[in-house]
Amino acid sequence: MTKLESKVPAGHISEKWTNHKFNMKLVNPSNKRKYTIIVVGTGLAGASAAASFGELGYNVLAFTFHDSARRAHSIAAQGGINASKNYQNDGDSTFRLFYDTAKGGDFRAREANVYRLAEVSGNIIDQCVAQGVPFAREYGGLLDNRSFGGAQVSRTFYARGQTGQQLLLGAVSALNRQIDKGTVKLFTRREMLDVVIVDGQAKGIIVRNLVTGEIEKYAAHAVVLATGGYSNVFFLSTNAMNCNATAIWRAHKKGAFFGNPCFTQIHPTCLPLHGESQSKLTLMSESLRNDGRVWVSKKKNDMRHPNDIPEEERDYYLERKYPSYGNLAPRDISSRAAKEVCDEGRGVNGGDAVYLDFSDAIKRLGKKVIEERYGNLFEIYETITGENPYEVPMKIYPAPHYTMGGLWVDYNLMSTVPGLFVIGEANFSDHGANRLGASALMQGLADGYFVIPYTMGDYLATYKPAAVKTDHPEFEKAAKEVKDLTNKLLSIKGKRTVDDLHKQLGRIMWNKVGMARSEQGLKEAIQEIRQLREEFWKNVNIPGSGEDVNQTLERAGRLADYFELGELMAIDALHRNESCGGHFRVEYQYEDGEAKRDDENFSYVAAWEFKDVGNWELHKEQLVFEYVKPSVRSYK
Amino acid sequence: MEAKKLNLKLKIWRQKNSNSVGSFVDYDVQVSPDASFLEMLDELNNRLEANNEEPIVFESDCREGICGTCGLVINGHPHGPLPKIATCQLHMRNFKDGETIWVEPFRAKAFPVIKDLMVDRSGFDKILQAGGYISVNTGGAPDANSIPVPKDAASEAFDAAACIGCGACVAACKNASAMLFVSAKISHLGLLPQGQPERYIRVQRMIKVMDELGFGSCTNTYACEAECPKGISVTNIARMNRDYVRAKFTSKIAEV
Amino acid sequence: MGWFNTFINSSLGKKFIMALTGSFLIIFLIIHLIGNITLYFGPDAFNGYVKTLDVIKPLIRIIELVLLSAFIFHIFNGVRLWLENKQARPVTYKVNGSPENTTLFSRTMFVSGSVIFIFLVLHLGTFFWRFNVHDPQQLADSHQYYDIVVGFFQIWWYVLLYVIAMILLGFHLNHGFQSAFQTFGWNHKKYTPLIKKIGTAYAIIMAVGFASMPIYFFFFYGGNQ
Repeated sequence: MTKLESKVPAGHISEKWTNHKFNMKLVNPSNKRKYTIIVVGTGLAGASAAASFGELGYNVLAFTFHDSARRAHSIAAQGGINASKNYQNDGDSTFRLFYDTAKGGDFRAREANVYRLAEVSGNIIDQCVAQGVPFAREYGGLLDNRSFGGAQVSRTFYARGQTGQQLLLGAVSALNRQIDKGTVKLFTRREMLDVVIVDGQAKGIIVRNLVTGEIEKYAAHAVVLATGGYSNVFFLSTNAMNCNATAIWRAHKKGAFFGNPCFTQIHPTCLPLHGESQSKLTLMSESLRNDGRVWVSKKKNDMRHPNDIPEEERDYYLERKYPSYGNLAPRDISSRAAKEVCDEGRGVNGGDAVYLDFSDAIKRLGKKVIEERYGNLFEIYETITGENPYEVPMKIYPAPHYTMGGLWVDYNLMSTVPGLFVIGEANFSDHGANRLGASALMQGLADGYFVIPYTMGDYLATYKPAAVKTDHPEFEKAAKEVKDLTNKLLSIKGKRTVDDLHKQLGRIMWNKVGMARSEQGLKEAIQEIRQLREEFWKNVNIPGSGEDVNQTLERAGRLADYFELGELMAIDALHRNESCGGHFRVEYQYEDGEAKRDDENFSYVAAWEFKDVGNWELHKEQLVFEYVKPSVRSYK
Repeated sequence: MEAKKLNLKLKIWRQKNSNSVGSFVDYDVQVSPDASFLEMLDELNNRLEANNEEPIVFESDCREGICGTCGLVINGHPHGPLPKIATCQLHMRNFKDGETIWVEPFRAKAFPVIKDLMVDRSGFDKILQAGGYISVNTGGAPDANSIPVPKDAASEAFDAAACIGCGACVAACKNASAMLFVSAKISHLGLLPQGQPERYIRVQRMIKVMDELGFGSCTNTYACEAECPKGISVTNIARMNRDYVRAKFTSKIAEV
Repeated sequence: MGWFNTFINSSLGKKFIMALTGSFLIIFLIIHLIGNITLYFGPDAFNGYVKTLDVIKPLIRIIELVLLSAFIFHIFNGVRLWLENKQARPVTYKVNGSPENTTLFSRTMFVSGSVIFIFLVLHLGTFFWRFNVHDPQQLADSHQYYDIVVGFFQIWWYVLLYVIAMILLGFHLNHGFQSAFQTFGWNHKKYTPLIKKIGTAYAIIMAVGFASMPIYFFFFYGGNQ
């Protein structure tokens, strides 16, 4: 028997959300202030949700482990945000954005959610402009758009190469306004370490004050997690250093099912590794693929300088393999194609990198136009690598970037734990097995501004959750568990450092649970991860105490969760005997190397229930496609 | 194919907490010129941890120069000697073999040291919470294209909005003044049509809080602009001055 | 007037007072220099100039009052800002990068201002006090202004101090001139570079103009015989 109820409303897809909004129960304005809502995370989803709750009149407690709300990693999104405004008159519509997103996700997302996302996309742009987000504009003063991977219309709104920053500043300004008004109380430098469940409902959280080391308890009527993705399980990813899975993982261990953990996205345009000390990978916006052409030498181990490789000896492999999308092929396809050519030994100097070349675009449009479009990205590139991309082609390579998987939520964005909502990248999301570019910002803000403010009201009005105080035994129990875990970590006093162990885990994940996965590799990975986890608990060393700032302790706690999550990712990848989106199993591919999806057997969301460490139970939510017919996802 | 490693002597500020007195501690490191400055500190910390010594506390997050979390004063310069980058974008190829590098936290009364190189910049948020926004509720916004914004106004607003709130301006200023940061926020909103209704109340409220927090005042040395990782212009400070004088002398709104 | 108090005690208000009083002093210095140039045209010209000022004494007194308050506010605010700004960074840097990110002129405003203040006190003591307070009637009758000035310009230490003070005045003005525009909010891509150039030219003219007199009379003037 499945415990999963998607709660997708009845009716035609274009009316589901409208009808649902009407049918949902409301909380009377004067009663809203009697409810307290905890929001963990202040990225796009968290900040927009907390601000919107505050505007509605709820009491909001917002938490971030950063020193400021505006540091959340949404800030690093470069390219843009999609919306089906059809300002360019190129045939865009809600249905087309819905269709593109569902297809881009390789038909592994819930149709109704994706449609709702497309439906509210336009409102997001309106909201952001009103907040003062300085989007790019035409000379007439109206908004400009650019095209992006996986779409044939120009629907991406952007603010130079810093769209995420500007959107986050907008959302955080809305949050600041509510802090000013007193509806939101913001707690910075607090890391959530557990969720507290009382009588089956989420009623609060336990956090560690990262400055004093104190374990603090906070109670509320509902809890919203907006804590982002888990790409850092790979150690090297484009995520910020502190991005982590701890909040969702601890919630998972308290009963929230984890959906599609193996759906991770590898971004095709990142800077290649420079050496062992590399701490993270830097993303170069995918928008670069609008004008840059991706190529490698036709020869293996070609050590020539790129400018010395003549045109006829270059292989523009994306244009060759996918003529209609060319360099704009979706992320998973581009990433895998890069890996293939590098595995053949045709990467830059035979290594793991491909060229992204702007010389044609500079010839066609002039240096000035290119500078206007990508100036800051080129500067970043030159700062990091010491090479000038106006003269020498960029070197790029794929890197873990985004996790489509996350805590399973129903149509109302509520997890399997009543009162525990999950939004943004932290939930298993609307992106299916692969996310299109410029859709993460869209989803984060859609969830925060336009979905959860409604569905939260429905929850509070329907369930009428009782108020609980932090002296409740469940709070004491959870706080004690957290303290015990901290003490346990500190008392190991072994020989290996946290980063050392994390790097080793990352290598296992990248090699065996990364871009191309095999049954054997995954089985090995599971064993290796388990062994490494055991070693961690015996042999890690964390200097210092838990009573003040201890960044090693913070990282150790996160790593402890990555071992368990990494194992679940491998288990999920192993069970999914098909290739779809970011999940590519080498056993399941067509002769030309394209992913072979198995709709008959795997058209479902895999939601894993935590039983014990190393032991999960699989639940399935069947995906029904009424409005888009799953087809072989061809971008040829 | 890693390039030859650099041998460096680091002199790093260590301070137990905000109440204790700090001092410099020497460390010798060997580092690849392709590594970033923070990766060098990561490596050093890893070495310290392996020896069961407490690692050096410093903050960083995105390591792409956009989140504004990192910020060290390196050889007297916030974010190091190179212009227009954050600390995380500084690479070791910019240093010479055998060099001595002094690493200090951002120093200001309004930015107390929490531990080692980690400082408390929450003052910035207090300023933003005092009006650094446009009052618009979710859902009430008109169609995005109903408010045309001239391209150059949008562009100038963007230049100001590019501020990452790292605090390098305060760290660089001999008066530890926050005016570049505050003026960038005021300009961003004040240059856009959407920001006009609250323009003159905003500037008064934000400056009031800025003054209360113990930042120094501007003496137009422009060190802030020189050290700003995003090249925010002091033109913004001039604009803020103008708005403030206008707000005080001509606006009819009650005293704030 | 609560709003005005808030304004002048705010960080921006204090800057504004500095700029406003500074601007007045900038204009005053121009007039002062033009008047002093009469020294080069001999005793009659200079004494005549001083006598002319005597004729419009009431007006001069009003201007002097404004001037005095400008000085007081400028100095009072300058010292206050300096003290407050020092408090804003209780622990200073071991390595200071300011030589690379600021100009010498902007960094040394307090030092240059202090030296100018010392000079000012001396200057008022030697000339203003003598001309106005110490038996002015006798002075006016005997037309000794010129002699007094030239007399002082024969004292080597006085000349040295004068010249040093004038160089620092140039430093102070070079930064102060463009700084006032910035504080008033007049910063424009098109005009600010020009304003900076004018400021530098003004500072040089003032420093050279005032310093030239003691130098001339010390080295090239044969005395009053």
